This record gives sequence, structure tokens and C-alpha cells, in this order.
Amino acid sequence: MNRIRRQRPALLAGPYLLWSVAFTLIPLVLIFWFGMTDADNHFTWSNLAAIGNSDNLKALALALLLAAIATVLCLLLAYPIALILAGLKSGKSALIAMLFILPMWMNFLLRTIAWQNLLEHNGVINTILKALHLPELILINTPGAVILGMVYNFLPFMILPLYTVISKIDREVVMAARDLGANSWQTFARITLPLSKPGIISGITMVFVPALTTFVITDLLGGGKIQLIGNTIEQEFIQGSSWHVGSGLSIVLMVFVIASMALIAKYDPQGTGTVIGGQR
Amino acid sequence: MIKIENISKSFDGVSVLENLNLYIRENEFLTLLGPSGCGKTTLLRILGGFEEPDTGRILFEGKDISLLAPNKRPLNTVFQKDTLFYHMSVADNIAFGLKIKGQTKSYIQDKVHYALHLVGLDGFGERFPDSLSGGQAQRIQIARAIVNEPKVLLLDEPLSALDLKLRQDMQYELIRLKEELGITFIYVTHDQEEALTMSDTIVVMNGGRIQQIGTPEDIYNEPQNAFVADFIGDGNIFDAIMIRDRLVQLLGAEFECVDTGFGEMNPVDVIIRPEDVELVSPEEGTITGVVTSVIFKGVHYEMDVLAHNYHWMAHSTKMAPEGSPVGIRIDPFNIQVMHKPIREDQETLVNE
Ligand SMILES: Nc1ncnc2c1ncn2[C@@H]1O[C@H](COP(=O)(O)OP(=O)(O)O)[C@@H](O)[C@H]1O
Ligand SMILES: [Mg+2]
Repeated sequence: MNRIRRQRPALLAGPYLLWSVAFTLIPLVLIFWFGMTDADNHFTWSNLAAIGNSDNLKALALALLLAAIATVLCLLLAYPIALILAGLKSGKSALIAMLFILPMWMNFLLRTIAWQNLLEHNGVINTILKALHLPELILINTPGAVILGMVYNFLPFMILPLYTVISKIDREVVMAARDLGANSWQTFARITLPLSKPGIISGITMVFVPALTTFVITDLLGGGKIQLIGNTIEQEFIQGSSWHVGSGLSIVLMVFVIASMALIAKYDPQGTGTVIGGQR
Repeated sequence: MIKIENISKSFDGVSVLENLNLYIRENEFLTLLGPSGCGKTTLLRILGGFEEPDTGRILFEGKDISLLAPNKRPLNTVFQKDTLFYHMSVADNIAFGLKIKGQTKSYIQDKVHYALHLVGLDGFGERFPDSLSGGQAQRIQIARAIVNEPKVLLLDEPLSALDLKLRQDMQYELIRLKEELGITFIYVTHDQEEALTMSDTIVVMNGGRIQQIGTPEDIYNEPQNAFVADFIGDGNIFDAIMIRDRLVQLLGAEFECVDTGFGEMNPVDVIIRPEDVELVSPEEGTITGVVTSVIFKGVHYEMDVLAHNYHWMAHSTKMAPEGSPVGIRIDPFNIQVMHKPIREDQETLVNE
């Protein structure tokens, strides 16, 4: 009896295990293999050291900066939205939450290409401006365009965990704070905000990591003028420069991702933010 | 001190409170007593400012506070649920209201210390709420409210989650606390025993209406309708006819009573408490019956007597053996005559 119970979950985990070995573990091993060797299969640090090259360093710094800005913007935009969603009656909020999640069902590339069309030199926005005899704007191929693409694409990943956590906060706990003399702003600052920390943390993780590593958004909205570390790695692989250097840079980027997650985890000692909506 | 005037409230067209009027005196221990769903919490929320009444207003020391935000009202609430702030230590929970008011550190420290002592949890300040038992959490909620020195403390079934022994201990503690603080308590419960032991005044509610307001003795001895009679304590409740002043007919027999003013040959309800049912020899009884069961209850015996097709409940220190014929006699003073219900909420609860 006991044995069956123990074996079942293990069996059920089988497909997932197979999946992760095939698509996570093996690629990871390969990346480490390529990253730590040269063309003659000799061990080397040089691929990792490639990050020290000033172009690569610049690409990494810019990626960190743009990803950080996009994450902060997402947080600032998403929090009020999540707050409003959580405050609505259940029927209504589900409907409106759908409106925000709907874009996630559309292909990521399509959405970003749509923005490309809007922002282009003779795209939709500039056409309208021209028709109105207003000066045209340089929108595409700027850091601003890339940040916009990041915010637009990753915003739902910020809203969702925030909404989940905020809507779980007990209305009566908020009432209790009001009862003890806190006005609505004090109640927000001292109760709602700290209680939503797990959501903030998982939201930050879910936006910052993909933003830091993106190359598609930069390709489409940065037009080759904005070079992020993701683009550098992509080019090393796709444009055939060197799988070894590409892997080496990937390892460095991975270290940055892990470091940033560790930093975030430091502000979340209970580890509640690691799973979406995993509140207490 | 507090005057509740014509308060009505409905949710989605369903009426929860109907035209409530109530006066609460300073320093009173007032209990709102009624079955679950009768609107007690809603009334408390209206007092606390968390729910807006559809009609009516609330006066506090003569001033209308109906439109004040909860944080501006001179009262504090101990909620039915555990509403402690789980991201703060126990001390920070208790200090919450004082910090908002910008009190000095040393003042806050003293107050927290004092409040913890009052609720019997000295030294718990550094703990976090998730390490507390249900009873301790409830006491911290009380401490968190009283440090603010409210003139009125609202308590919504604060003991309902506790087990019997702890509940009884806490009942005494609350009474002691109230004496020490010298403030007004508005206490909500659905437990009639709790209400009878603790209160100065009991407000019996059902179906969003006040059924009766009075001292525990009043409520117990002179219930004003079948609902109150049935809800408070055990009782034998009868469909009866008031033949004339001081004479009532029930189960076909005539009993003398002391009530007047119910008219002649009018249908009424009558309640007789089990301890007022005197079991005598068949010759001496107004009516006669047979004992059908006897249960020993410690202080007294609880006996079931079948007489005139009605199962009477009788409490007595003297036991009449099962199967023995007995007479039933009632002191006229112990027959409580009540008007027939004119609304559903005045009737006895069906499933009790
Ligand atoms: N916010 C609300 N929305 C809809 N119905 C409610 C709400 N609050 C209370 N009610 C209803 O009002 C009635 C009285 O509730 P309540 O005041 O909590 O009763 P009690 O505290 O006496 O058990 C119940 O039928 C309850 O379902
Ligand atoms: Mg209630």
C-alpha cells in the first residue's frame, strides 16, 4: 500500500523528467562543454573571458540597464492595474483580467512586428503625424523602442502574480488597519504593499530575466543599432562565428541571472516569490 | 453614549437589518445575541464604518458619525476572523495604531508591554503571529485594539473559535479587562450562555430585527415572544388561550397565572422553564402524566414527562422513576404569557 503510493508520483513525474533531461539538462551540458573548450577540444577560460571585450561588456551593461528600466516600468504600470483588478467583484475582474492576458495568447513575434509597423520611419505613427503636418519622430531603433517592446511583451507576467497575491489579501485585514486609525494611504504602505511582496518578487523575476536575455525584441525594434548581450550570443551562434564563445557568454549571462535571482531572494527570506502566487 | 437610529441595510435586495433602533450607555457591557446570519456582524460593521447603512444614522455622544471614515471613529473592533498582520511581530501588531498616531517610542513600548500583560501574554512581543494558537491570536487582537484606548470596543464573536475550557476562562478575563479599562463593550455572540454570563444588557436579534432588549434576568424570565423564549435556555412552549386576565388554558387544562392585558379568549404563546415544572403526586397536579425518561445531569435530573400528549421537560433535584405517574403543577408566577408572533422572525427556530 505504502509502496504503491510512493511509486505512483515517481511514475507520474516520468514524462517531465524525460523532457527536462532532453531539453534542459543535455543542452546545459553541451553549453558547458562548448563554453569551456576551444576548437581543438582543449580546456580554456578564454570563452568566458570574452565578456571582458569592451563591446561585449557594453552589451551586457546595456542589457542590464534596459532590463532594469523595463522591469521598473512594468512594476509601476502593473501594480495599479492589479490593485484595481483585485478590488473588482469576482465576475468582472475575471473578464478584465482576460483583457490583459489575451495578448499573451497572440504570438510573441507577431505582437512585436506589429509594434515595428507602428514605430517605423514611414510606419503608422509617423504617417499620422505627417498627415497632421506635425514633425516626424525617430521612434524605431532607439533604446526607448526596445524598452517599449519589453514592457509591452512582459507586462502580463508582472500583472498576473501581483493580481494573484493582492486578491488573496484578506479584506478584513485591510479593514483592521483602517479600524486602528490608518488612512487609505497608510493602509496601502503598511499592509497591502508588504503583503504583496511575494507577488512583486515573482513579477520582477518573470520580467527581468527574459528582458535581460532577449534578442528578438532588439532585432525587431532596435534594428541592429541596439546591441544587447542576447544579440551578441545569438550572433555568435547563428552567424556562425563561434559556438564556443557563444556558450562562454551564455554561461556568464546565466551567472548574472542566478546572481540577480539570489539578490531578489535575499529580500524574500521565506522564498514565497519563487512560485507565482505562492503566498504563505 | 451611542445611539443607533433607524438603521436598515440590504444586500442585493435582501434585507439584512430592518429599521434598528438601539441606545448604548457609557460603560455598558452590551451583547448582540442572535442566531448566525441574523445581521450581528453587519450591524457591527456599520458601527465600525466598514459598511454603509441604507437608511438611518449613528450618533456618538450626540454627534452624527455615520459618514466618518473607519479611521476617524472613536471605536476599535476585534474581528471575528484572525486579522493579525502576519508580516509583523506581535509587538508591531499591537503598536500599529499607536505608530499611526505618531506616539513616542517609549510610550509605545510601555503600552505594548502593558497590553501584553493585560491579556496574559507577557513576553510574546518578539513572536510572529503564525507561531500563536487560536486563543493567543485572539488575545493579541484584543490587545491591539485596546492600546488605542477606544471609548467603545466592538467584539465580534471573539471566543467562537476557542474550545470550551479556554472560552470560559476568556469570558472571565474579558469581564475583568472591561472592569480594568472602564470602557463600553459591544459584544456579539450567538451563544446564549455566554451572553447571559457576561452582559449588562442583552439585545436579542433575529431576522435583522431586535426581538428584545433587557438584562439577562429579564430576557430569561420574561421573554417577549416565542423566538426569544426558545433561543434563550430550554423551555416548554405552548400554544395557549388566554381565557381572561390571570387565567390561561393550555393542553386543555386551565392554569392560573399573573399576566394581564392579553384580552379574553385570545390565542397566546406560553413558556414554562424546565426548573419551574413541579412534579407532584397525581392527585395534587393540575394535569397528570407519566415519566418517560430520566437523565442525571450532575446538579439535577432532567425528566421527560408525557402529559396531555406533550413532552414536558422538567428539571428537579428529586428524581421520579421512569414509568411512574406524576402530577404537574406550575406556580402562577412561573407561567410566562407572550403575544403570538406577528412576523416570521418572532417564531421559534424550526430546527432547534
Ligand atoms: N457583503 C455582503 N454581501 C452580501 N451579503 C452579505 C454581506 N455581508 C453579509 N451578508 C448577508 O447578510 C446576512 C447577515 O450576515 P451577518 O451580519 O454576517 O450575520 P451574523 O454576523 O449575525 O451571522 C447573511 O445572510 C449574509 O449572507
Ligand atoms: Mg457574524
